[in-house]
Amino acid sequence: MAAITAVIPRPTSYAGIWGWMTTVDHKRIGVLYGMSALTLMLIAGIEAGVIRMQLATPDSGIIGGDRFNQMFTMHATVMVFMVIMPLSASFFNFVIPLAIGARDVAFPRLNALSYWLFLFGAILFHISFLVDEVPDAGWFSYANLTEKPFSVNRGLDFWSLSLLVLGTSSVAAALNFVVTIINLRAPGMSLMRMPVFVWMTLITSILLVLAFPVITVGLIELTMDRNYGTNFFVPSAGGDPILWQHLFWVFGHPEVYILILPAMGIVSEVLPTFSKKPLFGYPFVVFSGIVLGMMGWAVWSHHMFTVGLGPITNSVFTITTMLIAVPTGVKIFNWIGTLWGGSIEFKTPMLFALGFVSLFIIGGLSGVSHAVSPSDFQQQDTYYIVAHLHYVLFGGSIFGLFSGIYYWFPKITGRMVNETWGKINFWLLFIGMNVTFFPMHMLGMNGMPRRIYTYAEEFGWGDMNMIASLGYIIIFLGMLAFVVAMLKSLRGERAGHDPWDAPGLEWSISSPPPAYNFAEIPKVDGLDQYWIVKARAKAAGQGDVPAEAHVDPRTIHMPSPSYWPIWIAAGTTLIAGGILSHFALSFVGGIFAFIGIIGWSNEPPAAPDPHHGSQH
Amino acid sequence: MAHTVQPSPGDHEYTTTGLNHRKLLMWVFLSSDCLFFGALIATYMVYRGQSLNGPYPVDIISVPITTISTFVLLMSSFGMVQALSATVRNDQKAIQMWLLVTAALGAVFIGFQIYEFNAFKNEGLTLGVNLFGASFFTLTGFHGAHVTVGIIWLLGLYVAARKGRLGPATSLDVEIMGLYWHFVDIVWIVIFTLLYLIGGFDAGPTVFPGGSG
Repeated sequence: MAAITAVIPRPTSYAGIWGWMTTVDHKRIGVLYGMSALTLMLIAGIEAGVIRMQLATPDSGIIGGDRFNQMFTMHATVMVFMVIMPLSASFFNFVIPLAIGARDVAFPRLNALSYWLFLFGAILFHISFLVDEVPDAGWFSYANLTEKPFSVNRGLDFWSLSLLVLGTSSVAAALNFVVTIINLRAPGMSLMRMPVFVWMTLITSILLVLAFPVITVGLIELTMDRNYGTNFFVPSAGGDPILWQHLFWVFGHPEVYILILPAMGIVSEVLPTFSKKPLFGYPFVVFSGIVLGMMGWAVWSHHMFTVGLGPITNSVFTITTMLIAVPTGVKIFNWIGTLWGGSIEFKTPMLFALGFVSLFIIGGLSGVSHAVSPSDFQQQDTYYIVAHLHYVLFGGSIFGLFSGIYYWFPKITGRMVNETWGKINFWLLFIGMNVTFFPMHMLGMNGMPRRIYTYAEEFGWGDMNMIASLGYIIIFLGMLAFVVAMLKSLRGERAGHDPWDAPGLEWSISSPPPAYNFAEIPKVDGLDQYWIVKARAKAAGQGDVPAEAHVDPRTIHMPSPSYWPIWIAAGTTLIAGGILSHFALSFVGGIFAFIGIIGWSNEPPAAPDPHHGSQH
Repeated sequence: MAHTVQPSPGDHEYTTTGLNHRKLLMWVFLSSDCLFFGALIATYMVYRGQSLNGPYPVDIISVPITTISTFVLLMSSFGMVQALSATVRNDQKAIQMWLLVTAALGAVFIGFQIYEFNAFKNEGLTLGVNLFGASFFTLTGFHGAHVTVGIIWLLGLYVAARKGRLGPATSLDVEIMGLYWHFVDIVWIVIFTLLYLIGGFDAGPTVFPGGSG
């Protein structure tokens, strides 16, 4: 077999759809991640729309309870695992190698494998709609609701197996970025000279590497319970459903920081750029991020205050949860300190970053209120929680990521952002977000439980729900404005290499960057390296610093495209699909993946191009 | 050029820390695997003594037999060390021999495990019969899967050695394999201690101090 696979040369074409399918270029993979995540966001957004339509009026019968359960399960799972995480991964891919002065990630083919696993996992997840066996147990799928007697169809199997595939993808990507950031920094870029976004990516990746195996075990046990007769979470056999909750939240709370730290990193890049001054208290921002990453492991039971773990456990987790507000607060003060006295430019990325800071403060404050376990007994599983999590995940993560999209758009496409439509996008989202989610605080305090598909008129929740549903329409218009802004910007005016006068290394090369990124690996001698370079040039009276000149790409050895990442990803997904349908499919998938791994390890380092890599 | 992004083995590539990418990747991966086995072991420990019906560990666990297979697995780590040493010395014959010895010892361990699983099944311990069966088979099964992957990897290296591809310039290929192999070995020491030496004598539902029973 090795003999067969060894003779397959690496693909040579960089163009067309085949070029995209075999690409190992981190920039292209970043674009693929971004486009896929935004498409999935559209699906999840429509699911949210169905939820809001159903809840707009009391005693509504637009969809039944079953469909409603499916909608909130799909909406949350897709948003968490298939929108926010891959959208963050999109920035890791595109920006990190550029920001640390590298030519690519440490393992380009592994990077491509991560993307294809993510895409195929997401497709597998959505096949549940085609066969109408949709997951419906919520995004944390508490046992023993997920056991066969209570969830008869294969919906939960779709859920657990797709998440296993997506988890593999995330761990593979995270391993890659840990190694890339530790090992591929340009000479002189010590840890404390790394941009904050790089730091937050490193912490996020470490969290991913350590948190995902725990949920993997939970998912494996769930899958075995449902398909192979074990009783891990079956109380009648002595199993303990609380174990699932622990396994889920030991993963789930670090996951919260996995979702928010990349956005915090982006905002820490955007605020200094548009305030024209360095980030206030850089070491504090970095170390508070590290503390968040570590303490994120010590707060998981605050999701379980009402489970009955006892007063001591609840007190301990109350204290740790209140403590974790401190590093978050430190970051917020540093961002405000960055703005203080700066010459602020209200460009679209800056608006989103400011939106992030303000909305995240609101979400953080409501978070502190349910850190207190007695108070949480009132709030648990009410709309107050829904309001809180949307302020931190929508107002936080999504606003931060949108800020990143607008900030790096000129670098990615070589075109300037259409400011008019960008600002329309921001204001519609900002207003719509508050109109939708702020009333939910009141609904929750008035006792409306989350995940109910309808409610009687006498409860008096009708008005607030109607306002929230109207807010959804504003958000929807905001997303349409986003699409318009993107399409208009793609045909907008050309961007220079450094349109924002930004501090990062990625702005020292042309927009869009050449395949090899840096013709010459930069030397770094301080934090905010490109500002240092520009300040020196100014002091020497040289004026603007031009983008690094392009060189003949053939003089630089770059990894050739490869067939194997997509091949192995397909095989792995087939294994999961086989558990859902027929064992034979798993078998075929296993053989596929095995051949792929042999092909991968025997692949020649470069395509058979006489010029390619001959310089070595 | 300062560095290549995808070094061919033996390249003197620039890395910030001086550590090779692949070696660092393996270490980070092993940290991830620690949590994987940690969660499986935690499941076993939480359910220790919680099975409502037999067979219980004391009925079927045979510490002497598994001691032999544990010894075999530990010795395979010795073979792995020898294989790496031979690679560094460029002793082609010894590389091939020690890689095969390591793989064979691993295969003997897997043989013991297959025998054990089969014997347990015949004595009535299945995945579904009780919590002990579920958590025991899942934990040791995933460990066995790790060993099996290791054996296939060792055989792959053996093929490379036969073609003369292993030597001082490519010793990293063997060293990284070794990291994985020793890790899987160490995990087994933990599993052997907890499931056999300590948990192997559990009988019936037990109330542990501090537990809610």
